[in-house]
Amino acid sequence: MIGELNSNVPEGDIEGLWTQHKFDMKLVNPANKRKFKVIVVGTGLAGASAAATMGELGYEVEAFTYHDSPRRAHSIAAQGGINGAKNYQNDGDSVYRLFYDTVKGGDFRSREANVYRLAEVSVNIIDQATAQGVPFARDYGGLLDNRSFGGAQVSRTFYARGQTGQQLLLGAYSALMRQVHEGTVALHTRKEMVDLIVKDDKACGIVVRDVITGKVTSHSAHAVVLATGGYGNVYYLSTNAMMCNVTAAWRAHRKGALFANPCYTQIHPTCIPASDEFQSKLTLMSESLRNDGRIWVPKSHDETRAAADIPEDERDYYLERKYPSFGNLVPRDVASRNAKTVVDEGRGVGELKNGVYLDFADAIARDGEDTIRAKYGNLFDMYERITGENPYQTPMRIYPATHYTMGGLWVDYNLMSNLPGLFAIGECNFSDHGANRLGASALMQGLADGYFVLPYTVGNYLAPLLGTDPVDTSDPVFTEAEAEVNEQNQRWLSINGTKSVDHYHRELGKLVWNYIGMERDKNGLEKAITEIAALEEEFLANVRVLGSADTLNQSLEKVQRVADFFELALLKARDALDREESAGGHFRTESQTEEGEAKRDDERFQHVAAWEWTGKGNDPVRHQEELTFDYVLPSQRSYK
Amino acid sequence: MSNTLNLTLKVWRQDGPNGAGRFESYEANGIADDASFLEMLDVVNERLIEDGQEPITFESDCREGICGTCGIMINGKAHGPQKGTATCQLHMRKFSDGDNITIEPWRAESFPILKDLAVDRSALDHIIEAGGYITVNTGGAPDANLIPVPKEAADMAFDAAACIGCGACVAACPNSAAQLFTSAKLQHMNLLPQGQPERWDRAENMVETMEMFFGSCTNHGECHEACPKEISLDFIAFLNRDYVKAKIKNRKLLGQN
Amino acid sequence: MAQTIRQASGGPEGPIRERKKPLPYPLSLYQTAVGKKYVMALTGVGLLGFVVVHMIGNLHVYEGPAKMAEYAETLRTLGGGLVPRETVLWILRAGLIAMFGLHIHSAYTLKEMSRLSSPSAGFVAGNKKYAGGQEFIAANFASRTMRWTGPIIALYLVFHLADLTWGWVNPDFHHGDPHNNVIESLSNPGIAAIYVVANVALAIHIYHGAWSMFQSLGINNPKINQGRRHLAMGLAGLILVGNLSFPLLTATGVINDDDRECPPGDLVCLEEELLEKEGGHSE
Repeated sequence: MIGELNSNVPEGDIEGLWTQHKFDMKLVNPANKRKFKVIVVGTGLAGASAAATMGELGYEVEAFTYHDSPRRAHSIAAQGGINGAKNYQNDGDSVYRLFYDTVKGGDFRSREANVYRLAEVSVNIIDQATAQGVPFARDYGGLLDNRSFGGAQVSRTFYARGQTGQQLLLGAYSALMRQVHEGTVALHTRKEMVDLIVKDDKACGIVVRDVITGKVTSHSAHAVVLATGGYGNVYYLSTNAMMCNVTAAWRAHRKGALFANPCYTQIHPTCIPASDEFQSKLTLMSESLRNDGRIWVPKSHDETRAAADIPEDERDYYLERKYPSFGNLVPRDVASRNAKTVVDEGRGVGELKNGVYLDFADAIARDGEDTIRAKYGNLFDMYERITGENPYQTPMRIYPATHYTMGGLWVDYNLMSNLPGLFAIGECNFSDHGANRLGASALMQGLADGYFVLPYTVGNYLAPLLGTDPVDTSDPVFTEAEAEVNEQNQRWLSINGTKSVDHYHRELGKLVWNYIGMERDKNGLEKAITEIAALEEEFLANVRVLGSADTLNQSLEKVQRVADFFELALLKARDALDREESAGGHFRTESQTEEGEAKRDDERFQHVAAWEWTGKGNDPVRHQEELTFDYVLPSQRSYK
Repeated sequence: MSNTLNLTLKVWRQDGPNGAGRFESYEANGIADDASFLEMLDVVNERLIEDGQEPITFESDCREGICGTCGIMINGKAHGPQKGTATCQLHMRKFSDGDNITIEPWRAESFPILKDLAVDRSALDHIIEAGGYITVNTGGAPDANLIPVPKEAADMAFDAAACIGCGACVAACPNSAAQLFTSAKLQHMNLLPQGQPERWDRAENMVETMEMFFGSCTNHGECHEACPKEISLDFIAFLNRDYVKAKIKNRKLLGQN
Repeated sequence: MAQTIRQASGGPEGPIRERKKPLPYPLSLYQTAVGKKYVMALTGVGLLGFVVVHMIGNLHVYEGPAKMAEYAETLRTLGGGLVPRETVLWILRAGLIAMFGLHIHSAYTLKEMSRLSSPSAGFVAGNKKYAGGQEFIAANFASRTMRWTGPIIALYLVFHLADLTWGWVNPDFHHGDPHNNVIESLSNPGIAAIYVVANVALAIHIYHGAWSMFQSLGINNPKINQGRRHLAMGLAGLILVGNLSFPLLTATGVINDDDRECPPGDLVCLEEELLEKEGGHSE
């Protein structure tokens, strides 16, 4: 039923492509904008910026979040920074270089035209955020400061101490609240999207559940925008927030939207290792720490001494040893996999031998403790709060954890999915990062989509719909979906099994981490598929959800999210199994260079895998969007 | 390295916004001191579910001290005993074996309890809605380096902007005043050059909206002590000054700040 | 649209009080809590000034009945011959009464505002109560008892006026002879105890008030912030020491009537005595 995937990338020279496209797209007359209703689900960076901007333009926007306030979205937790090709530091940066770095960083699995546009609007984001009052770091002349981040050879990262995400989100949130005040955006807090409504092959609305009252209601619009984030919590332990989930995107997938590249997951190398079974999440320590910290493990497998007592010649600074030119600043996936290798060898550190050292002793000796405190003080404090160890005296212990998911809903150049009227922006789509994401690019993509891309492309879709009304919510497509949600909730409550939702989520997470984690192989992935399916069966028969559906019931909220995670996990395993190559965040042990680098197979896999839902229990159908590289020629990545 | 603790919890349970609440006691045995406070509650909840009792409702999201979703009164202290730390970053090593811990929701008239420990803090959003923004439409911004901001001003604005909107200041305040939150949000904008055109309107609107929901500040300073981001009381003084200045300035006549 | 969020979130029905329609400036200031605090701080400054001057003036009691009477007369004849006798004094008194009135009114209305903002408040002293008890960290005894020390001072003020201004409760009151009146009153240990308690309350009130007014007035500068606490402490200490000295030293007999030459209330005699002494000095 789905024909060839059309990315809708216009023809032409990449540098003028977006400008030309903006000119070619249909416009909606300012006076007519208010006749169009747009639903935005999710109010993180992408959602809040999109809702605010469309509100400013004059559309009638309805924004939904399951949080009590848009300011709580997990964009807030990004620490490091946001890239912008401003070249304020005069070190040779340019839009083209950011584009080049991003395509290369994505291991040649992203769409060139999208990435170029991302780099192009990155400069506008910095302007916009600054004008909103985002307090980026400044130098003594009062101008904006930059730092190099995540292996970039230029300093293009703008930052706000260790909380760039919070400050950018507060900027987008304030813009959103201004529109709420103006009356152009109606904000619905504590509403969780539980279904997407499609009529006549067009997305026309959503069904939401009020998490306080349990009431299920429908909302219709001319277009639906999903900005609902990534699915990292399929691993249970991740740096994502407790409530992050795939449900909104997954329900859209079940209604016909293609899900692209679910196997691409970014594992962040600098997180605090888990300390026990009850661990609920992993905490990320900003990657910027690698600018000054040195990563090492003991050379010996049965080292028992404290870090300070291990002499220099018995330490293995493995990143500096293996990658002399990049050293501790190798890309995230390389750093992560190398940590896994040394820990698997039994050279891990800490009580559970599940981490590697990130040592600041040399930096403190070189720059003084005060300088280090000024740079990383809040991160060091956070580390101490969590572990009870003082990183000024003993090296930090770090280990990789799931951080970001590059896969997501398939979208074309206009950020529209294969379902007309359904748009996906931010982490929730698959579009710009390819197989791996560069540091400080997530905030950039969320805001690029929300502020500068979607508000244009949505008009192109809406313009021909002038004069039509949104589908009435009393239409059977809505009422039947509402009834189904209510029935499903009653089913969850009536299972009354023996194990909690968290128990199954944790068990699922272990399977996904072990088989579809940093390294995957055919055997493991096949096992994953059977084991996940078996666990899912048990989950559906034996989960215990107490309470009722008409009050605040966190178990009930969680159970339907975990149910979606099970289905996603199966697809993820499936995607990873079929992609018989290594690329960025997807590492198949069967496909590596002699040096242990990810080895792509461009002949067979230079494409996007976009999966079609064919019903529960049926095999999903794999569609392909071929990728071409006319500007950045694919090369084997090497960070030697 | 890690020890285990046996604790007695006295937890506020309330079925819904209109229900009457009550304290219930729970034994929390064998809690590792590496666990965070919320992970301790997770463990208690797992055990409650096993026993067929509804788990304790409490809110949390990022669990790294930045989203401001969590917030519990622990033994009469907002966010518990550790200074500058949100509940999610509080770890059990701050407690001792055999401790009795009283756990309550934030309390203020404008923070109605939704269930157990979860409260509604949307009143804080209304204060932002009233003026906690700089009016700049997308696309209309000048180059970011066009307006230099003195580093001191930028740093000070940042100190204010660090507020995570958790509501601990209101919870801890004997008057249920929201001065610390409002002053942080107000001064984040008012200290920056970008925020000057709307400075006086912003001060008036945010303060007067705040007063629709919250009590009056009597300069106790409890809010600062409770604040996980240690926002300074100085901002409250700035708020007072800006508000009175805003009232004095006859902007309509002068057309200037 | 604000209402949309309200209904949508299932949250509170609405704000607990409406935003007032603004009165003309400067009355508009007094409509809000921040403005009221401003008024409270400004009147506090005025009242504090009065308390300090009053205390310093009262030190004349150590110079004997004649000097004390002269001080009292000076207050009545402020302004010299330019204005009728007691005009300036009454203007000052009117100012004080107005300041007291505003200070008390703002305190009461602000307390009510806070009470209504906190649900389970056992509220007289303005502290909401957590069932699990609330551990105060920054709030000190002074800040938490402003709403106790305030009424104590107000009641004391009435008593003080009845005692030494109007003489209603003074056993042997003579208009214009404060030295006599003070000793008559304070030599009674019960009365002296009232003065002690009230002035301790006053000092505590000043300790928080003097610091707090800087915050309320928005006077905040890193250079002076440390000094604000010290100033408050110093002022409270000064008032405490000065004002407690009167009842304590009277009760212990240090301030006494032993050297008195004129009968109580004989103002002519007191004036002559003064002239005599000063004449003696000048020779």
